[in-house]
Amino acid sequence: MSGLAVSNLSYSYGAKQALGDVSFEVARGDFCALLGPNGAGKTTLFALLTRLFLPRAGHIEIAGMDLAKEPRKALGRMGVIFQQPTLDLDLTVRRNLSYYAALHGISGRDAARRIDAALDRLDMRERAWEKARNLNGGHRRRMEIARALIHRPAVLLLDEPTVGLDVATRMSITAYVHKLCRDEGITALWATHLVDEIMPEDALIVLHRGDIVAKGRVSDVVAEKTLGERFAALTGSGAETAQ
Amino acid sequence: MNAWLTAMSAIIWREALRFVTQRERFIAALVRPLVWLVVFAAGFRAALGLSIIPPYQTYITYEVYIVPGLCGMVQLFNGMQSSLSLVYDREMGSMRLLLTSPLPRWWLLFSKLVAGATISILQVYSFLGIAALTGILLPWEGYLLVLPALILSGLMLGALGLFLSSTIDRLENFAGIMNFVIFPMFFLSTALYPLWKMGESSPLLRDICAVNPFTQAVEVIRFALYGQVNFEALGWTVLAFAIFFAGAVRGYDPSRGFIRGKAGAGGG
Repeated sequence: MSGLAVSNLSYSYGAKQALGDVSFEVARGDFCALLGPNGAGKTTLFALLTRLFLPRAGHIEIAGMDLAKEPRKALGRMGVIFQQPTLDLDLTVRRNLSYYAALHGISGRDAARRIDAALDRLDMRERAWEKARNLNGGHRRRMEIARALIHRPAVLLLDEPTVGLDVATRMSITAYVHKLCRDEGITALWATHLVDEIMPEDALIVLHRGDIVAKGRVSDVVAEKTLGERFAALTGSGAETAQ
Repeated sequence: MNAWLTAMSAIIWREALRFVTQRERFIAALVRPLVWLVVFAAGFRAALGLSIIPPYQTYITYEVYIVPGLCGMVQLFNGMQSSLSLVYDREMGSMRLLLTSPLPRWWLLFSKLVAGATISILQVYSFLGIAALTGILLPWEGYLLVLPALILSGLMLGALGLFLSSTIDRLENFAGIMNFVIFPMFFLSTALYPLWKMGESSPLLRDICAVNPFTQAVEVIRFALYGQVNFEALGWTVLAFAIFFAGAVRGYDPSRGFIRGKAGAGGG
């Protein structure tokens, strides 16, 4: 069973086509990088995957659940880290986590146990009663990732999760999500325009102007060039590395 | 606890905690009707004679007349403020977080409404409490009986805000709503003058007031405060709630792409 399967997906805003006939599959436990310059259609793809929009054509399957036919089951198998921060900064770390758990119908002792586990993952038990505002950018992002894992999803969608973070934090968060895929069999789709977040064994999809211009294992797609050079050649844009 | 109720109570808690942490909002919500009550009513008392109309059984002062309208105003502003925060939430992403919950979307939106109505009821009771301290007392049972009326009016005005928020794609456009929705709704209603008084100056204005859903909500509150039920107003308020809520659910329907313009403008 694949973690995430998309077939013949297309979407347009009026006359402007944002995605044209996109198909790909991410195997269970794979870290798949969705690489594309700004405006490639990454955010549109995420909006379709999270059912903020419904596609006019095409088919999405999340951990074997059809998103169109069984939207609630499919959403329940999915954890999402949005590009925009979604923490309530004036509420405590713990309250933020319990709010999320409740949105997934988890309450009481079960919720408390899962929240403790999430805090341990972050090594943040002692900061549970602090306001989210007091956390730095890296900790906030880590917290959003730990939060997205509370309902034990099979698929994790991350939309440019490292925007605005320093290099060291970016690298450690990237490594952390790779580890989640490896150790816990979670399927991750990681949108980015930064090639240095991608490892040679990752799956790769290069999106450009709404179309997939390359897909496969990073090592296969790249061949003997560097990923940065290959990306630039595919999209005709200067690839970005650490900022 | 059932997953649906778990989510609803969490949404209410979040709203309540956010409200408590925003002290300015609470104070503004209280000061606004009190200014009307103290300043406006004092000036108008002399100018307006009120005859005895239901639900009143005796002559009342103008301050007493406008109390239900001000309760409605508190809820109207709260409804608009909640929807303002929804537009903000949508830009910030927490609305997306809410909408990716595996519960039905209409239930999530309804929970949002219940949360907003709860906050507005806290505000109304605080207002009634301060009004009582200034000597404006209502029948004691009215304070209890008004609760179901406030739930209904709070839901209806919240649904209006939710519906409007689904039609607005940017925070800046919200000022227009203030001018074209809140003020006309408030002034063209029975909050400040009874219908017959409006009719003396213009039958057209009176008719506009009569069909204004805010008028109906205010009348439901007014009658409830005196232990009576205005079935006509109740029916119209329920109908208005149903229409606004249906509009909001439609507005947030994913097949209609409620943030259609935004994703295109987003990072990519």
